[in-house]
Amino acid sequence: MTTRQVPRPGTRRASVSGWSGRTIMAVVVLVFVLFFAIPIVWLLLASTKSARGLLVDNPFAPGSLGGLTANSEALFGFGEGEVTTWVGNSALYAVGALVITLIASIPAGYAMALTRFRFRRLLLILTLVVMLIPNTALVLPIFLELNTVGLIGSPLSVILPMSFFPFGVYLTYIYFSTSIPRDLLAAARVDGCREFQVFTRIALPLAAPIVALVAFFSFVQSWNNFFLPFVMLPSSDGYPIQVGLTSLLASTPAFNPSSAGTQSIQLPTLALATVISVLPVLIVFLFSQRFLVAGMTAGGTKE
Amino acid sequence: MSYGFVALYAALTVAFGILPTLYAVYLAFTTGEGGFAGLDNFTKVIGDFRFLPAVGHVAFYLVIWLVSLVVLVTLLALVVHTIRWRWLSSTLRLVFYLPGALAGASSVLLWLFVLDPTASPVGGLLRFLGLDSFVQVIVPGNLPPIFAIIAFWTGAGGWIVIMYGALNNISLEVIEAARIDGAGPAQIAWRIQLPLLRKWISYMGIMSLAAGTQLFVEPQLLSQASNAVVPNDYSLNQLAYQYAFQQNDFNGAAAISLLLLVIALVLSAFFVMRGGLFETD
Repeated sequence: MTTRQVPRPGTRRASVSGWSGRTIMAVVVLVFVLFFAIPIVWLLLASTKSARGLLVDNPFAPGSLGGLTANSEALFGFGEGEVTTWVGNSALYAVGALVITLIASIPAGYAMALTRFRFRRLLLILTLVVMLIPNTALVLPIFLELNTVGLIGSPLSVILPMSFFPFGVYLTYIYFSTSIPRDLLAAARVDGCREFQVFTRIALPLAAPIVALVAFFSFVQSWNNFFLPFVMLPSSDGYPIQVGLTSLLASTPAFNPSSAGTQSIQLPTLALATVISVLPVLIVFLFSQRFLVAGMTAGGTKE
Repeated sequence: MSYGFVALYAALTVAFGILPTLYAVYLAFTTGEGGFAGLDNFTKVIGDFRFLPAVGHVAFYLVIWLVSLVVLVTLLALVVHTIRWRWLSSTLRLVFYLPGALAGASSVLLWLFVLDPTASPVGGLLRFLGLDSFVQVIVPGNLPPIFAIIAFWTGAGGWIVIMYGALNNISLEVIEAARIDGAGPAQIAWRIQLPLLRKWISYMGIMSLAAGTQLFVEPQLLSQASNAVVPNDYSLNQLAYQYAFQQNDFNGAAAISLLLLVIALVLSAFFVMRGGLFETD
């Protein structure tokens, strides 16, 4: 790294330190703040408006509490309360997958970090490779597989594949290999702890931060998963809310003119559905920025 | 004893990583009756009149998305990093990052609203661009940039936060030394920060490239919302889905999935081995 630059006479240096440079930066930042914030702000406001208000009022004028109530009545009255079922399904799938993910990944990450066994390195490399492929890439192959064993349509057809979460194992592996000294485990063994006790008495009590981190990533990923349940669950009773949104969209005359009928959904109701579909994740996200950095930079080699 | 700790995870790896891959390989090389098919399934899907257009759509989308992602995320991370007021910098990161909560169908639905001039919060802007109706907005030529914008809106913030974290890891002494030697902020960014971010930028690029080839939910929902103005075989994954569920041709579906899976696996394996970002001890 050359940090010593001798400016030659006559070379012009680009500078953003001046007044104009700072103005340009401020404008760039402002444009992107608007780009990222406007859709979310607008969505929250839209869910409080009437169908007519959404079209004629100022887009950033808030609606009314009455509008919000009317929209939520319309939304939860859709079908025979299907939206409630879908939100419940989402919770079932995400929490079910979360529990199995934790049971599977925490011990696995621990063993890969602090014990030695055959196939350990193979399992580690496999974990890394699968962790970096997009989770949609295996969906159709898993469908074809589960189809032969007749699991399609069952909640297990989404919960089990979601529970296979190599990223969680990798995070746990990094955590245990960097934050627990091997000597501590060796001492426990000398004191007569069996392997299982070493894990439950020494490692697990120290694992709270990593359990929270893995739980965060697993929950967000499962809740937001679309392609897997879309493929695995043909019946609308089994939809999670992400897939349920497509049914609502299909019943919105503004986007699907052939759907005008008794079961039609107005735009503000669809906006409210969108808000509800992300609410748990949005709340988690508000408090989780440092989780993201901690998770994504785990094991990143230091410069 | 170690085996006991990894047993459940290993079982899940076999059941939902290895077996489906092997089964897809088996299906891709056999006929519907189970006989050996050689490369027939691959020549069939590649020869399908919908295949090349789908490749084109996905490629065009990827170019726009990756270029804008790499340039803008790096730029925004650098700019936000120069801000000295902590509250402002952390608020900005939160604003950039929050849309990441809206993944999949939710963000597409939100953007359907934004792109429909009658309801949109930026209807004026759309009309200024000469787009007066939803159908005009979603003409085929506009779709790759639209999908790129949706993906950028959802995903960029997370990467900005990560790059910002990486920038914080650069030692202050290096920056200070450069400043004493007379380097301005632009020179510091170009000559010191950017080279040190390179690993993270290539990580972002490769992850996004692999994820982008999987394009599915955006065109799928847009197709539904536009009464099939956007075709339901717009992307490769949609085409694979059509093979499996409309034509009941699992062998063809497996062939397309396998092609996509191989791309993802090659990119991922290459990065694990050469990227230098992950510890394999």
